[in-house]
Amino acid sequence: MIRRAWVAALLLGSTAWAETPVTEPQRYQALIHELRCLVCQNQSIAESNAPLAQDLREQVASQLAEGRSDDEIRDYLTARYGDFVLYRPPLRWRTALLWVGPFVLVALGLWLAWRFSRRPAAASRAPDPEALRRLLDEHRP
Amino acid sequence: MRFLLPVAVLLGLVILLGVGLRLDPRTVPSPLIGKPVPAFQLPRLEGDAGFSDGDLRGVPSIVNFFASWCTPCLEEHPVLMQLAREGGVRLVGINYKDAPDDALRWLARHGNPYTVVARDSEGDAGLDWGVYGVPETYLVDADGVILHKHVGPLTPTVWSEDFAPRLTGAQP
Repeated sequence: MIRRAWVAALLLGSTAWAETPVTEPQRYQALIHELRCLVCQNQSIAESNAPLAQDLREQVASQLAEGRSDDEIRDYLTARYGDFVLYRPPLRWRTALLWVGPFVLVALGLWLAWRFSRRPAAASRAPDPEALRRLLDEHRP
Repeated sequence: MRFLLPVAVLLGLVILLGVGLRLDPRTVPSPLIGKPVPAFQLPRLEGDAGFSDGDLRGVPSIVNFFASWCTPCLEEHPVLMQLAREGGVRLVGINYKDAPDDALRWLARHGNPYTVVARDSEGDAGLDWGVYGVPETYLVDADGVILHKHVGPLTPTVWSEDFAPRLTGAQP
């Protein structure tokens, strides 16, 4: 019971951080979890307590209250901080490696595995009978 | 020949990781480079006059976001003081998320290198400029276009390598 009260208080607390009342908690939470804090770079602005993250949460809350769309809010932030602020960056030439890289590596790995798995079979192939006969002839006592 | 492929792969990895280690993950490329400064209208730290983006036009400026609570600002302060002594460049200070009294005391104590100091108490202008960690220093040309941005304390090396050449290029 007490634990449940704590969890509830913590959850409430996380939305209550922003000064502007959060009008759409679900969109707010989704947005702040996919926006990256630039100060402590491995945290989203939802997780970070850096003053900048607080400011950005406040921005998200107030822009949601103004009725802006998720894309408009993302554009607002990328115009200032670049794609870096997005944990899910758009697919562009600059980010192509990021998106395609893992698949290329997996394909490379599969190809290598396939190649190496064929090698023993090639080695155990029956010897050329012609060459064998020649060898036997050479070493005939 | 059989060893060539693994060695090549290893070498490639070493180079890749070596370069990765040398990159500073804290510097985020700013989308504002090459663009006009964001519009702003700020009060000055002292007096009633204001300071806006239009005031940045005319001559190239160094725009420096600083605060009295910011320790690395103290580290770069001698560099700014030296630039002020040498003259030849307009130093604009933007006091970021600070109490005016604290800022004035800080400047009185350590010296004021700035030609103009504006006050961004709420950090609104900072947000528009994409400031995420003071000190941040911007080079703005005479047309009000941002040529370069540096995050973190300005050092003599940073100045001579990143700012001075661009500043010479920006001067008519």
